[in-house]
Amino acid sequence: MPIATASQTIGPYWHLIEHPEWADLTRFGAVGERMTLTGRITDGAGALVTDACVELWQASPACDATFPGYGRAATDAAGMFRFTTIRPGPLPGPGNAQQAPHVALNLLARGILGRLVTRVYFAGEPLNDSDPILNLIDDPARRATLIAHATGPGAWHSEIRLQGAGETVFMEF
Amino acid sequence: MTEMFRPPAPNTQPNNNTPSYGSTQQRHPQQTLLRIPQTVTETSFPQFSPSQYPAIIDMARSGGHEAQGERIIVRGRVLDENGAPVRRTMLELWQANAAGRYNHPGDQHDAPLDPRFKGEGRVFTDDDGWYMVTTIKPGAYPWRNHYNAWRPNHIHFSLFGPAFATRLITQMYFPGDPLLALDPIFHAVPDAAARERLIAAFDIEITRPEQALGYRFDIVLRGRGATPMEA
Repeated sequence: MPIATASQTIGPYWHLIEHPEWADLTRFGAVGERMTLTGRITDGAGALVTDACVELWQASPACDATFPGYGRAATDAAGMFRFTTIRPGPLPGPGNAQQAPHVALNLLARGILGRLVTRVYFAGEPLNDSDPILNLIDDPARRATLIAHATGPGAWHSEIRLQGAGETVFMEF
Repeated sequence: MTEMFRPPAPNTQPNNNTPSYGSTQQRHPQQTLLRIPQTVTETSFPQFSPSQYPAIIDMARSGGHEAQGERIIVRGRVLDENGAPVRRTMLELWQANAAGRYNHPGDQHDAPLDPRFKGEGRVFTDDDGWYMVTTIKPGAYPWRNHYNAWRPNHIHFSLFGPAFATRLITQMYFPGDPLLALDPIFHAVPDAAARERLIAAFDIEITRPEQALGYRFDIVLRGRGATPMEA
């Protein structure tokens, strides 16, 4: 049986494949409740991560010709990324569980040899309390790293810390 | 029940904490990764279509002009861990020019830019998992990881596959490159055979007379078949 090819870093020059419009998942005419998701990425020294490639994937709403479900954004000089998308709904989970609305993020950058995967949930969503993934995390402070906060109508923000105090929960599957 | 994607074979993937690659030091998580069950978020992904993501199959030509450098053809198959072709999947490629300089404002290496070489490619596999792209052989370039550090010649690859679980970013290297023995990014992969699989093979069958040297580079994405991981 063949073995999966090894990952290598995306490096500092990945912007050769950057297309800023990919950060807008509504660009093909998607219908639904629009939202923006911003994030700021810092490293173990608290330094801004200004050369990251951030990928967003959401299985809800289902992707089709008008909604790609996938987006890509670069972090800027302030370590910030920004997506425009359609607000996700609940999804089926393991067994009979229901997953709270969430998006997955894939973080790629110089100094990251494999992918760093995390999720973003939305503060105030009642289903968060019973989400089967969030409930794998016992420490409330760790769990809180996965919850974005509203900064205005339809505007959400997440702080992502790669290492150290307040380190974001990263996942394997 | 649908089978889940397999976990990585031992030692075949790099450790994010690789001290010899200095940039990892502040950028690797210190907490254990949270092992989660594979849900619809992990097991699905869009089908990228050339109608929305147009192909760029000849990186060696731009605006009707030929880029400087040694023209090459890279061809290979994208398979999953069960040996099945990954059909109609999108690959992105990017690379330095023949002089070892990226068309990127962050690259200040004192080597000439080539206005006829942008350095981006995008191709799709066919129904048997085959892809092919024409480009030029990228040059080696210095980086500041350690004294007298040089990256081996390489082409960056981005693959999607059928699921968020199969997303892969990697690099293709060239056979016989003496810099490979010294490169901490290549050596971040512990298993020697897994490293060797990142090196393309010269292939006279892919080589086109009077036109371009050919290299074969096959890529394997995670496949289904594991016992579902315990949450």
